[in-house]
Amino acid sequence: MAETLGATPATRRGKGLGVTFWICLAWVTLMILLAVLASVLPLKAPNFQDYSAVNVGPSAHHLLGTDDLGRDLLARVIFGSRVSLVIGFFPIAIGLVVGGLAGLLAGYRAGPTDTMLNAVSFVLLAFPALLAIMVIETFWKPVSLLKLTVMFAFVAAPLLFRVIRATTLSFASREFVVAARAMGAKTSRILLRELLPNIVPAAVSFALIGVATAIVLEGSLAFLGLSINLPTSSLGNIINDGVNSNNLSLNPYIALWPSLYIFLLLTALNLMADRLRSYFDVREVKL
Amino acid sequence: MLRFAANRLFQLVVICFLISIFAFLLVHLLPGDPTLAILGPNDTPAARAVLLHQLGLNKGLLSQYGTWITNIFHGNLGASFLTKQTVTNALGVAVPIDLELIVVSQVLALIFAIPMALVAALRPNKAFDKVATTSTFGMLSLPTFVAGPLLVLVFAVTFKWVPATGFNRLSQGLGPNLKSVILPSVALAIGSITVYYRLLRADLIATLQEDYVTMARSKGLSTRYILLRHVMRPSSFSLLAGAGISIGTLFTGAFVVEVLFQLPGIGYQLVQAIYSRDYLVVQGMALVAAVAFVVVNFAVDFLLTVLDPRVRRA
Repeated sequence: MAETLGATPATRRGKGLGVTFWICLAWVTLMILLAVLASVLPLKAPNFQDYSAVNVGPSAHHLLGTDDLGRDLLARVIFGSRVSLVIGFFPIAIGLVVGGLAGLLAGYRAGPTDTMLNAVSFVLLAFPALLAIMVIETFWKPVSLLKLTVMFAFVAAPLLFRVIRATTLSFASREFVVAARAMGAKTSRILLRELLPNIVPAAVSFALIGVATAIVLEGSLAFLGLSINLPTSSLGNIINDGVNSNNLSLNPYIALWPSLYIFLLLTALNLMADRLRSYFDVREVKL
Repeated sequence: MLRFAANRLFQLVVICFLISIFAFLLVHLLPGDPTLAILGPNDTPAARAVLLHQLGLNKGLLSQYGTWITNIFHGNLGASFLTKQTVTNALGVAVPIDLELIVVSQVLALIFAIPMALVAALRPNKAFDKVATTSTFGMLSLPTFVAGPLLVLVFAVTFKWVPATGFNRLSQGLGPNLKSVILPSVALAIGSITVYYRLLRADLIATLQEDYVTMARSKGLSTRYILLRHVMRPSSFSLLAGAGISIGTLFTGAFVVEVLFQLPGIGYQLVQAIYSRDYLVVQGMALVAAVAFVVVNFAVDFLLTVLDPRVRRA
């Protein structure tokens, strides 16, 4: 069926994803690289307190300045981004695999499989996510990156399930699927070779929104002091630092840089998702 | 219709039941002896015995749940072991604050979003639409923990127009009350404006292409009349659904704003209870907030099916 897939409508070939998409992709990649390579880059130690340089503005020595304890803000933001990025990407990836496979199966099979998986996803989605995570954390001490990843994946999987199920449904009765079935193709082949390639654009576009949402949720938790424990810096708790006591009036840079980081990262993710959606003509699916 | 309503109501009851089981089992997640974890090592055996009785931990799981849920139906959501205040009392203080925040922020959001969407949808891809769509895109990337501090910095720290934190009750006068809720409401409205604008704009553009709109135009009706009388209503369903989700989420999700501005609503009190490990308060408040979230969502869902019969068939 490779021919069918290759024969995309001319409109798709006409214009590419656009410069914006590639700039955003480059930005996100750069941020990931910085976070991964943070320990080998020539950065200051994120928790080193230099009392001779407290609350200094951006300078050649401290590119983004220092906070009220004399810690280098550039290092803190980059090291802090690690938590956000891990919680942004890993749970969504897990959710994409688990929810995606379940969604494909439910959308294609229909019947009892669909009814059952659908009910499970409804129940999981009925819980307000942030509240559930906060409450479970309280009772399930101590908070760790692994636990957060698992909890976020539990939130992400049913959402991605619903999107992928709806998209699969819209393809499951199309001619090429019926043809493949008539030719005696196995279910696994139909799912992976016929349906999956058609679902990837919608899934990726929605997953990018998911990454942005997860980063916001983790940031909110960190802002409330309910994410990874101090002294590990994370973007949310740096912002919280910057808002506490008189920091906001004395040195707005502390809150400014991590806020700017989050704003740019989210904008890039949202723009990429938007471009993908219009490029592949993904319809807004009814959830 | 009646069957549909009964079906929905049944679903609601099942979900609420599952939430109650989830909230009930939370205490069992505590490592070791729950009474020790809740009271700390320095408390008296007498207090432990009281708590043990309150939790009913010495009985079977099923009868424990029975006792717990019976108490809840009698309005006893448990009490704090630190302040002795009951959860019901705490909620009495918190809920009006949340309601005020929800009303003010959502009214603000609609005041901005509806006219913006109307103007943008009339001339899609023209200057105003582009500016409005781009700026809402930017607002989409401003989570409350970023927008909140920014608002405080500009309006409370720099211009000193409003206080940065604290809450004034309505009984202290309308002026001080509004001053204390305006910044938090704007912080909450930012997210909603984006959602409402995008939903309404998309639906308006779709409705404007319907044949009956062309018909109305050819009859010579004014654009304003067509927009308000013919287009607005059928285009407002997604908006309503979005509003339902927003309001439900605000009931449970105003944590950041309430903590930042120190407004003692549900979110603030819940977070304080989490900080002080006041487990029973966390359990009780979470139960109420989660049920409120589910009920609001179902109510809006139901309202939508009443207003728009197409939903029922989908």
